[in-house]
Amino acid sequence: MNELNAIAAIAERDLFKFLRDRARLIGAFVFPFLLMFLMGGTLQLNLGKAAGFNFIGFTFTGVLGMTIFQSASQGIASLLEDRQNDFAQEIFVSPISRYSIVIGKIIGESMVALAQAAPLILFAIVLRVPLTALDILLLVPVAVLGCLVGGSFGLLGMSVINDQRAANQIFGFILLPQFFLAGVFNPINVLPWYLEILSLISPLRYVVDLFRGVVYMGRPEYHKVVLLDPEINLMVMALMFAVFIVTGTALFVRRETNR
Amino acid sequence: MWSADAPAVEVDDLVKRYRKAKVNAVDGISLRVEAGEFFALLGPNGAGKTTTISILTTTLAPTSGRIRICGYELAKEPSEVRRRVGIIFQNPSLDRNLSGEENVRLHAILYGLYPYRPAFRLMPDEYRTQVRELAAVLGMETDIQQPVKKLSGGMQRKLEIIRGLMHRPSVLFLDEPTRGLDVASRRSLWAYLREVRERYRVTIVLTTHYLEEAEQADRLCILNHGRIVAMGSPGEVRLSPAEEFLELDATDRAQLRLELKKLNLNFEEDGAFTVRLDGRSAHEVIRSLDVPLTRLRTRQPSLEDAYLKILADE
Repeated sequence: MNELNAIAAIAERDLFKFLRDRARLIGAFVFPFLLMFLMGGTLQLNLGKAAGFNFIGFTFTGVLGMTIFQSASQGIASLLEDRQNDFAQEIFVSPISRYSIVIGKIIGESMVALAQAAPLILFAIVLRVPLTALDILLLVPVAVLGCLVGGSFGLLGMSVINDQRAANQIFGFILLPQFFLAGVFNPINVLPWYLEILSLISPLRYVVDLFRGVVYMGRPEYHKVVLLDPEINLMVMALMFAVFIVTGTALFVRRETNR
Repeated sequence: MWSADAPAVEVDDLVKRYRKAKVNAVDGISLRVEAGEFFALLGPNGAGKTTTISILTTTLAPTSGRIRICGYELAKEPSEVRRRVGIIFQNPSLDRNLSGEENVRLHAILYGLYPYRPAFRLMPDEYRTQVRELAAVLGMETDIQQPVKKLSGGMQRKLEIIRGLMHRPSVLFLDEPTRGLDVASRRSLWAYLREVRERYRVTIVLTTHYLEEAEQADRLCILNHGRIVAMGSPGEVRLSPAEEFLELDATDRAQLRLELKKLNLNFEEDGAFTVRLDGRSAHEVIRSLDVPLTRLRTRQPSLEDAYLKILADE
């Protein structure tokens, strides 16, 4: 029970931190909206007819996946910031399990990511993306799964990086190519073999594709937009989550105590 | 079960070598701190004080050695150790995004003292009373609900101590707690710490650069290059390496200088003569002098004299 209380307290702290940071709040809401509006709008006008599907809806699912994944993965890296501010020591000298710290952190950053996803869905409705109530309901568990994969990916990355500055640079370097390899804004049905390999090992690809699988289920353009069956995406995400969380936690805990 | 008569801290042959380092940061330290004792670790930068404290509080793994805190083997039962220690870190470890009370609440929940609740008003009555009492002791009844970033450095330090004491630790580690504080804040913090010691009968292990702070301790230990170079009560450490001095002066200073040289005594001239006794008694030296003296005073070595002598002898 103590561990559950501790996990809740650590998770709550991250959500409060986000809600109290005005600049981060504004950026988190405005940036994805602009991406959806500008990118989706221009792609739809220029390529929509030729592609045979609506690019605003396509970009919405991509940006939703990207926001969830990026927020959760980069949020975990804030443990590095905590350590530099020496706040992490307070958590690490407490008698809770190291695993509870990591789980609390992932849940907290997942809540932050979900808080950012909610206005995106509202923007999508405003921009007339055809979403049913069932679609919206199904987006919630997919978003939670996307957070878990993003958070565990962030944990693995953070466990081999030493400081926040390096983390920001390296995460940017790892995440930016993934936006294109995962098809956040661009279709990736056809890729040269070397980019196909890189795309297949990008976790974000499966998160975005699962969002699309849910939103486009039963629609005529489903096979033009969705790459893999949702079951396959789910299995790959579960496997990636398991590998990332076990390796990341082990490396992180070992490094924290063996410094 | 730990008995209050047993040592609060026992360290045997502790060694820490950081990865890629060529020398040990802590090099075979052994010490005991009794329950209720105020123990100070003193030493220059890089002496190994913070490394030792980090190991004793489980944030750093030792390379070798055996440590028991309140009877619990640190290597085997780190959670039991963590439950029994409180630590005030060298650098402030408050979350600046939270209020003072939220920092305290997070600590209380992490230590399993109270169940998680998302707001102060939803916390159990006992918690709210405890926080109000602690805030009253520090005179920060309203400030405790303020964001930490709005509190002064001294107030933040006190808040960390409040937080560190919430779980009633048996041993409180203070790693240079007054670093960066002005004189008034330092004095006020020490007054509070004395009160804490009396009220909670907590064992205190302090690291400090300030000799006047170390002098308040029951016992102190001087570290240099990761090794213990002196240990004992401040009085014992003061007397162990440093010599007593004689301060002398005479109208005929040339004659006094000549006689001191004849006696093979080391002395410094700065207006008057400061003479190191080098194992001789003051009485013996004075009897050997023929020149009429205008000034005669013996001087006990200060802790600073002893500290500098010990480090110089290393």
